[in-house]
Amino acid sequence: MELSFESTDPFTPHTRHIAVITAGLSDPSSTSLLGKQLAEATADALSQRGYRAEVEHFELREVATDIADSMVTSSRSERLSKMINEVEQADGIIAVSPVFKATYSGLFKSFWDLIDNDSLTGVPIQLGATGGSPRHSLVIDTAMRPLFSYLRMRVMPTGVYAATEDWGSANPDPNSNEAYLSRRIAHAGDDLTDVVTRLAPRPRRAPSQPKVLEVIPFEQLLNGSDK
Amino acid sequence: MQFGIFTIGDITPDPHTGKAPSENQRIKDTVKIAKHAEQAGFEVFSTGQHHNPPFVAPGNPPVLLSYLAAQTKKLVLSTATTLITTMDPVRLAEDYAYLQHLSDGRVDLAMGRGNTGPVYPWFGKDIRQGIPLAVENYNLLYRLWRETEVDWEGRFRTALQQFTSTPRPLDDVPPFVWHGSIRSPEIAEQAAYYGDGFFHNNIFWNKEHVIQMVQLYRQRYEYYGHGKANQAYVALGGQAFMRENSQDAWNEFRPYFDNAPVYGHGPSMEDFTKMSPLTVGSPEQVIERTLEFRQWVGDYQRQMFLIDHAGLSTKTVLEQIDLFGEKVLPALRKEFAKGRPEDVPSAPTHEFLKARQAAGNAPIAGGGLGSRAYEERQKAQEGESE
Repeated sequence: MELSFESTDPFTPHTRHIAVITAGLSDPSSTSLLGKQLAEATADALSQRGYRAEVEHFELREVATDIADSMVTSSRSERLSKMINEVEQADGIIAVSPVFKATYSGLFKSFWDLIDNDSLTGVPIQLGATGGSPRHSLVIDTAMRPLFSYLRMRVMPTGVYAATEDWGSANPDPNSNEAYLSRRIAHAGDDLTDVVTRLAPRPRRAPSQPKVLEVIPFEQLLNGSDK
Repeated sequence: MQFGIFTIGDITPDPHTGKAPSENQRIKDTVKIAKHAEQAGFEVFSTGQHHNPPFVAPGNPPVLLSYLAAQTKKLVLSTATTLITTMDPVRLAEDYAYLQHLSDGRVDLAMGRGNTGPVYPWFGKDIRQGIPLAVENYNLLYRLWRETEVDWEGRFRTALQQFTSTPRPLDDVPPFVWHGSIRSPEIAEQAAYYGDGFFHNNIFWNKEHVIQMVQLYRQRYEYYGHGKANQAYVALGGQAFMRENSQDAWNEFRPYFDNAPVYGHGPSMEDFTKMSPLTVGSPEQVIERTLEFRQWVGDYQRQMFLIDHAGLSTKTVLEQIDLFGEKVLPALRKEFAKGRPEDVPSAPTHEFLKARQAAGNAPIAGGGLGSRAYEERQKAQEGESE
């Protein structure tokens, strides 16, 4: 049985899949809002370059108990499996967390703890964080960036941090150079798009199929050259 | 088709009384449970191997299995699993061959790497080397059972010069080996390479993964020329709790489920029974659910059930075994036999393996003449010599 297939549609060869993971706790949440805006900015930038964006939004609050259950019993619910499946195949990822106690939230970390170490190697990721005060803005660089470096992802150089006050200054003067939130979001979308479009689209598999198991021929394992 | 029970030897307090059985009680009851399983019509009893509380599964399964060999007549004695990573393959060769003699061939083994992290360092091993240890150790064990003078050198144990493992396997036929793994394709590949069996203890894993791992094993089994993909040897795990009336089963099992170290305080029993093969209900529901496994993995050889766990009293466990014997096993045997192709083998017995070896049909590790693996090796060699 064929387990994988290239679903890149020959008639729309320029599709790029973007997965958005947000760890906001309430609904609506500013974290979720930032994720949506980053996704829109990325989709806009992609379409300006002649690509079609397929964006999937995932709210971790909806699978919070599934994540916890998975950690303690290694069983995985169907919706969590689907989510991980989609994230693992994305061409680009947008990840946004609220800042709790000077770092990303526990829920945010727990989700990434379930991802296989080598499944996202080289995948571009744009980071975002929200907080009550602008004094936490370095959380993207001091806490989030190392997590995704560990997963050997291509982490965009400039993440977007949105403090409460940023949401109250949404109409920038087009002639101003001030780093309004909307401007920073547009910039982040451009950045991510630059990298996503430079890379080949990643192979897709049927939605119901888990990751294809890789076989290392046994002789190779026996000879100790499994690395 | 064989049916069996497997135990992990957990000492878990009964949630109603808060009391746990003593180690002595649990060990003696394990023997009682195995004997009862034989009387009820189960073919196989497997024990886990444990090195830490709250478990009293033996640190070396042949200790328990030898005793059971003397106490039972037909039961196949097996493991779930033998830790191939932290045990010395020389001792495995010796102890299981000895058990084979005592039990007149009623023994096979399932190899596992073990999922308790600290066990590795306790035995001077490194968990990051889990797969290489399983690969190297089993290769040595395989040779010790088949060659009388072994010269061997590896990464993980001292070298051997002209070593002969004793006693030799019964009738010079090594016990059948299953390789167990939940999610490592390397282990499915290992099982296929040697023409051994593959055991997927699916009690914690979603069916998509079970299907995928078994499929991989079957395809590679055929690639190595040991038979067609549907003739490969597959064993599955499972667990059930039943009462005549489904609702009684749910009410009775829930406090055990909610408090058991392996399940409890996680997903609800409703969710867990959906996500895993755990079936709580009437015998009919257990039958129906178990029959689904065949749709996942094809016709297979052995179905194991975990029954004595989560703090259930021995009395309850024996009742469960009786329900299996009276209601579930006869129905499963009948249904599993329906439509089963003639060329799908049964689980290997000692007599079968002996006859197969005498006929010169024992699997050739890595694939003999006529296999795709052999042809590809030949081609690769020709390519090199050009």
